[in-house]
Amino acid sequence: MKIIYSDVLVIGGGLAGLRTAIATKRRGLDTLILSLVPAKRSHSVAAQGGMQASLANAAKGRGDNEDVHFEDTVRGSDWGCDQLVARMFAHMAPKAARELAAWGVPWNRVRAGAHEAVINGERVSLDERAEAHGLITARDFGGTKKWRTCYTSDGTGHAMLYTVSDRAIAESIPVHERREALALIHDGHRCHGAVVRDLVSGELTAYLARATVVATGGYGRIWGVSTNALINEGMGAALALETGVARLGNMEAVQFHPTAIVPAGILVTEGCRGDGGLLRDTDGYRFMPDYEPEKKELASRDVVSRRMAEHMRKGKGVKSPYGEHLWLDITVLGAAHIDKNLREVKDICHYFLGIDPAKDTIPVRPTQHYSMGGVRTDHRGESPWLGGLFSCGEAACWDLHGFNRLGGNSVAETVVSGMLIGEYVADFCQSDAGDLTVSTALAREFLAREVAHLRAIAAGRGNEDGVAIRRRMEAIMTDSVGLFRNGPHLEATVGELAELLVRSQRLAMRGHRLDANPELVAAYRLPRMLKIALTVAMGALARTESRGAHAREDFPARNDRDWLKRTLVRWPEGEGAPALDYEPLDITGMELPPGVRGYGAKNIVDHPDSACRQGEVDEARAAIADRHKLQAALMPFRQLLPERYRGRNERLDEPLGARSEARQ
Amino acid sequence: MTRRLTLSVFRHNPRDPASVPRQDRFVLGETAGMTLFIALNRVRDEQDPSLNFDFVCRAGVCGSCAMVINGRPGLACRTQTKDLPDEIHLYPLPNFELIGDLSVNTGKWMRGMSERLEAWTHLAGEPEHDRLETPMEPELAEAIYELDRCIECGCCVAACGTARMREDFVGAVGMNKLARFRLDPRDMRSDAAFYQVVGDDSGVFGCMALLGCHDVCPKALPLQTQIAYLRRVMARTGIL
Repeated sequence: MKIIYSDVLVIGGGLAGLRTAIATKRRGLDTLILSLVPAKRSHSVAAQGGMQASLANAAKGRGDNEDVHFEDTVRGSDWGCDQLVARMFAHMAPKAARELAAWGVPWNRVRAGAHEAVINGERVSLDERAEAHGLITARDFGGTKKWRTCYTSDGTGHAMLYTVSDRAIAESIPVHERREALALIHDGHRCHGAVVRDLVSGELTAYLARATVVATGGYGRIWGVSTNALINEGMGAALALETGVARLGNMEAVQFHPTAIVPAGILVTEGCRGDGGLLRDTDGYRFMPDYEPEKKELASRDVVSRRMAEHMRKGKGVKSPYGEHLWLDITVLGAAHIDKNLREVKDICHYFLGIDPAKDTIPVRPTQHYSMGGVRTDHRGESPWLGGLFSCGEAACWDLHGFNRLGGNSVAETVVSGMLIGEYVADFCQSDAGDLTVSTALAREFLAREVAHLRAIAAGRGNEDGVAIRRRMEAIMTDSVGLFRNGPHLEATVGELAELLVRSQRLAMRGHRLDANPELVAAYRLPRMLKIALTVAMGALARTESRGAHAREDFPARNDRDWLKRTLVRWPEGEGAPALDYEPLDITGMELPPGVRGYGAKNIVDHPDSACRQGEVDEARAAIADRHKLQAALMPFRQLLPERYRGRNERLDEPLGARSEARQ
Repeated sequence: MTRRLTLSVFRHNPRDPASVPRQDRFVLGETAGMTLFIALNRVRDEQDPSLNFDFVCRAGVCGSCAMVINGRPGLACRTQTKDLPDEIHLYPLPNFELIGDLSVNTGKWMRGMSERLEAWTHLAGEPEHDRLETPMEPELAEAIYELDRCIECGCCVAACGTARMREDFVGAVGMNKLARFRLDPRDMRSDAAFYQVVGDDSGVFGCMALLGCHDVCPKALPLQTQIAYLRRVMARTGIL
């Protein structure tokens, strides 16, 4: 049996995993990263439009700060998020953007003086102040009060991933590429590493570590059409689920992005609308102002996607051989702007649609995009049920996004969570709890189990067609667990997924090789994908309310009274189905008590605690003028942060004095 | 009428002593908007589940799927079959270690190149997280991004005459990276430091200026200009 030891095992080489690894390596811990693909090919690379951080440099970002970012994030989540985590995040995002700026990300910068922009379909002139010249600029994104999204043209994820990946190389962090974790090694209380398969040679190795970090991204590929990379099959969540102990959170919270191209499902950034692009229907009519007069095209993603679907249901969609769609019109921005700030969009339109977005409108439709749910952790990124198992980034549910993520908050979350969870992981490893106490017999047992499992699959003695089962899963997830959901369809889906899961365990195989063999990979991933699909569908069926991206046609109200709680799901060993339970959100400690998001008519069943807490918050707001003191009175959070990150963030309008002041 | 396409695909498993490199032919009907991503996946789903190839983003941004398409290195995911003849010949990128069929180990090559060239920003010190960032001229940030857009797909290395002859050649991808870091004021290295890693025949002086790299770069990076410029600067650094 081959065993590789390290202090920290990071599973996933995207932004979250890389930044975590840099943090633990810098704390003196032996750290290694596993990645299905070369790290720079991770899905982080596909983030286009930008990263939210309240730097307040650009003219339309003036007055922005952590408070505004926090409130946008909580409203965006439809009050489903953990407000302490949202606070930590909003506080950290400027630090993360500035760290990346120093490390080499070529953020677009403010140019002093007047420039043209398109707002609400009209050309306007904006004036940038001289002091801001050369600082990081920002564009508008949906669901935000300020222009807060820092960007590098529309290749932000690429620029960030390359800089962070290069830093990991600079700091000699090994990335074991083309390796896949098949199972977590654990004893029911403590995680000790993973059984890992080399995707080229097929060899299995036990990786033992004090701390294991799942940073594997989302589970978008259980839907037939998704903006996600092909590797986003939810395998990290499945690893945690198959321990039988760790729990996943809010798996039914899934985002559908308004603008993926039809039919390929490739994303074109929210920056298109942020920069002034419009949505039009089959008549060329701009319909969003009719539905959302205030935010129009820049309402939160879940809202825009639902309005688009609603408009298509009224017969206003554009008919095409690939189903109905609407138009995204960025012609108003002009060729010069597109060539500079939306060049990936231009490339995608050219190569996948054969059109020029400076002249032609782009066929788009809401498409699966982001997994708010994931491995449930505390604010330190650790599973409360399986010590030593950490998770961050899209794979995790610590829970920043609740039931709807704001655009630009995901790449921000990757680096912020990496910065934070890396420190907490290091604290853990350097504490008594972090000692590695595993016996090699346990590792051998787990490894032997995986070897036997793979051999049985590769022998292929069943008669089921894996491709057909996968296509069926993708289709029913798209049909029944999409933008709109209802009880009868979800019930049927849960039943059918359970059947597919049984069938997926007796596949016929054409080849039997154990080394690089895509048929084998598909065969062992399929049951895990179906398990993840079941957690999503069952969570959606049980949640009889509508919140954020979870829209139940049969329960259209947001029901704070009964449903202001997080879904938890685990898969008890040997059972045929997952078990759900719930974790309430405590209103009495909220800085921003549940309220109206500001879209459509109010349709909320209030929680009895909301009004009372709102009263307390209003009283505090009236009594305390200083925003930092007010915040600390309402919901203190700084004590949760690693000491090095507790300082205030400087802004042009909020200068820090001497070094000592920054630490307060 | 829909065309019948023939995909002639290179097959070989270097770990199997019995494997003999060969071309397999797969026939399939063309569909509207078909890319090589769609075509190869259909082949795998319907005809041969053992076929190895690499796609990740399938949107032309991750650089995984570079292969030789009718004699020319390119990204398979964004290559439309309508732009190709009835018979399509697919080979793995040359100059990289073969994993199997159309899959090659570009990741290992790129990491090795990055380590050798120290292709990262050599920082003066760690940033002060709480403070305003250091200003940068907007034009300079845009110029750096222009060179930062490389996706490490390996097309330039596959199209390189020198890389065919010298295993240690850093390729256009390596030279472009150094040009990118040289332009960046956050990188503290001097020209003498760059000369140390790229001022020999495995670097700028190995380039024969055939410029296949420039012709095939999927991101249309200005490789010709960057290599010429870097070579001039390095020649001067070497003489002085």
